[in-house]
Amino acid sequence: MHGEAVFFQAFIYLLAAVISVPISKRLGFGSVLGYLVAGVAIGPFCLRLVGDEGQDVLHFAEFGVVMMLFVVGLELQPSLLWRMRGPILGLGGLQVGVTAAVVTGIGLGLGLEWRPALAIGLILALSSTAIVLQTLDEKGLLKTEAGQSSFSVLLFQDIAVIPIIALLPLLASGHGASGDGHGAHGGHDAGHGPSFVEQLPGWGHALVVLGAIALVILAGRYLVRPLFRIVAGTQLREVFTCAALLLVIGIALLMTKVGLSPALGTFLAGVMLASSEYRHELEAEIEPFKGLMLGLFFISVGASIDFALIAEKPGLIAALTVVLVVVKLLVLFVLSRRFGMGLDQGLLFSFALAQSGEFCFVLFSHAAQHGVLEAGVSSPLVAVVALSMALTPLLMLLNERVIQPRFGTKEVVEREADDMHERNPVIIAGFGRFGHVVGRLLSANGVRCTVLDTDSDQVDLLRRLGLEVYYGDASRADLLHAAGADEAELLIVAVDSVEKTSAIVECAQHHFPNLRILARAEGRLHAYELLDAGVEHVYRETLDTSLTLGVDALKLLGFSAHQVQRSARAFRRHDEASLRELAGLRHDRQSYICRARERIRLVEEQLRQDFEGSDRREDRAWDVSSLSRDEGLGAAPTKT
Amino acid sequence: MSTQQRILLLFAHPASQRSRANARLAREVRELPGLTFHDLYEAYPDFDVDVEREQELLAAHDLVVVQHPLFWYSTPALVKEWEDLVLQHGWAYGTDGTALQGKRWLTAITTGGGPEGYREEGIHRHTLRQFLAPLEQTALLCGMEYLPPFVVQRTHALSDDELSAHAAEYRRLLEALRDGSLDDERLRAASYLNELLDGEVS
Repeated sequence: MHGEAVFFQAFIYLLAAVISVPISKRLGFGSVLGYLVAGVAIGPFCLRLVGDEGQDVLHFAEFGVVMMLFVVGLELQPSLLWRMRGPILGLGGLQVGVTAAVVTGIGLGLGLEWRPALAIGLILALSSTAIVLQTLDEKGLLKTEAGQSSFSVLLFQDIAVIPIIALLPLLASGHGASGDGHGAHGGHDAGHGPSFVEQLPGWGHALVVLGAIALVILAGRYLVRPLFRIVAGTQLREVFTCAALLLVIGIALLMTKVGLSPALGTFLAGVMLASSEYRHELEAEIEPFKGLMLGLFFISVGASIDFALIAEKPGLIAALTVVLVVVKLLVLFVLSRRFGMGLDQGLLFSFALAQSGEFCFVLFSHAAQHGVLEAGVSSPLVAVVALSMALTPLLMLLNERVIQPRFGTKEVVEREADDMHERNPVIIAGFGRFGHVVGRLLSANGVRCTVLDTDSDQVDLLRRLGLEVYYGDASRADLLHAAGADEAELLIVAVDSVEKTSAIVECAQHHFPNLRILARAEGRLHAYELLDAGVEHVYRETLDTSLTLGVDALKLLGFSAHQVQRSARAFRRHDEASLRELAGLRHDRQSYICRARERIRLVEEQLRQDFEGSDRREDRAWDVSSLSRDEGLGAAPTKT
Repeated sequence: MSTQQRILLLFAHPASQRSRANARLAREVRELPGLTFHDLYEAYPDFDVDVEREQELLAAHDLVVVQHPLFWYSTPALVKEWEDLVLQHGWAYGTDGTALQGKRWLTAITTGGGPEGYREEGIHRHTLRQFLAPLEQTALLCGMEYLPPFVVQRTHALSDDELSAHAAEYRRLLEALRDGSLDDERLRAASYLNELLDGEVS
């Protein structure tokens, strides 16, 4: 494509998104519907700004789903995944099986032969990972029971795509072009060449598939981390971004080559890296790409809805869409009750998954190529799938605004102790000699902290010691976001560079006003700056140590330990007060020096009085001189 | 009485998150209108009592309630430190020490053991009032009126319902003291404030 044309295309897509999504969000419809509407608007049936290449864009943008599953995997520890095996296999298996059976039955009822009917049933049973996860995440519902169950079902569907692809050619009814070797393999990624495993016998294929999965798992475990350590050591952010993209794309390619779903492969890689120190950094790097690609994906779904076909047979398409959504909805709802979900969660779960998904586009073209389905059958169904996807945000809105308020039971959603989106209340930026003491004190008190540090060697060392530390630069909003800054309460800034501290503080104040900041200050001047910036809790890094040393010095000189201790605390109080007072004056040099001198004099005077029989109020308590002057009460009970 | 009594409640428990009885009582009354709730261990974790602030608080209230568990027949250590530092000669007592004249002092305590132990023939060999004599005399020396103490005993064996009932009593008594609706004669005649609940306060 010509360079200028590419830019024009990009311009159209971006402009449509920038106009449509904020409006949709503002109206409460969520971003997905905004993208879809934008797609329809620029599509061949409205403004005609994009034409048939919309299909190519669609296939390209499906890579967003691959990235999405990588990010989802990053938040899912292997042990948690293992614990979810029940719902994945049980709920997911039944959903696909029952829905496929019902849809097949309807197909037979409409006069189709059993083979195409079964193919349609299997294909339409799948839901849209992209739309469901994005919508649930946006509404903050991923961590609910319904969200977790939806995720389990989607994961099963991702796995189910592989046998369905293998099964489709077997369903060919004799005519058609089966065996041409131009099938679209590998779930999401159409348009690749034939995978080499096709020539292998069944057992060889299975061996290659298992080998590829083992390779991903082993690489995720042993190879990627040291590699990322070297890359992070360069301190060049864009190289890290390259490495992260390389990882995702590499796995996607490998999976496609062996005929597996790339989304599944990257998901596995994500899970393997979920406990690594690069988890948050990886998430922050991939997140913007994922967002862009998914947006592009939704737009192209909107643009690919074939309105000409719909206009031709509006009644048929509408009826099929309604039947599809209602069947999926009912099956999901019955299953949700069977699996013990409450009414509210069951409704949410059913409405979320009641569409067919992006897999269907690939599978329908696959089926058409192998002569399983005739174009006359598959093209209306493709339109039905696209419509059902576009309806999903609206259906979820219907559930949220109309159905739940009337029939819902308003159950209290119980949060599981360690769900996949677990967030710690405290984020510590910088885990050197300062931060790690803070972190250890907090964790000794049972407070869980997310720790970020930019020194990859240090991170590696701390991880060896068994501490949960992540590599990353906390002055980046995306990274703070990935570390859970939205839901955390405290941000402890304990890095040793003055500039870095200011950058982190500024970023956190701007993007996460919910966070209360506690900052380490290098010295007095730095403390002034932080106070100016509006940080309430400022800690000069050497103040307490200097005071402790001073206390010990005085004790060695023979001063009373208790007295010296109190004096140090009084000194600290005065000094803190003067710090805050002088922070406001420091720009006026004359009055600053004047007031500072006065302050120093005052503190010294007061402390001196402390030692010399004292005029301070609290010391009168231990001073008997005033008592002995007061003859009337010479024998006061406590002061003899 | 025409005007309301302003209440200062000094709460002292070194581990309030582990307290059951004291925390329950405190929760019941801490939002009471006309009452200033002051958690001493929270304000002075390192025992650095701010004498000026404490004296200002005392001056601004009419009734001082000191609420704490009974530790070794006395107050938790910070209350003693507070007394030592805040009740200064020349301010709280002595020729010129008139700042607290006419104010009232109420001790509100909880004990783990039951009332049967706090008798001359009991395991502790003294009554609660006897153990509290230093506090009583401190109040008197400062020219304050010492009210009969409010006590909740046998706290380890109390059920949640019983504890709630005690908390409600405590609240009603403090409200009555604030509003001046208790009969002064009966107040002075009682050994423990708890006795006043039947009849007067409904």
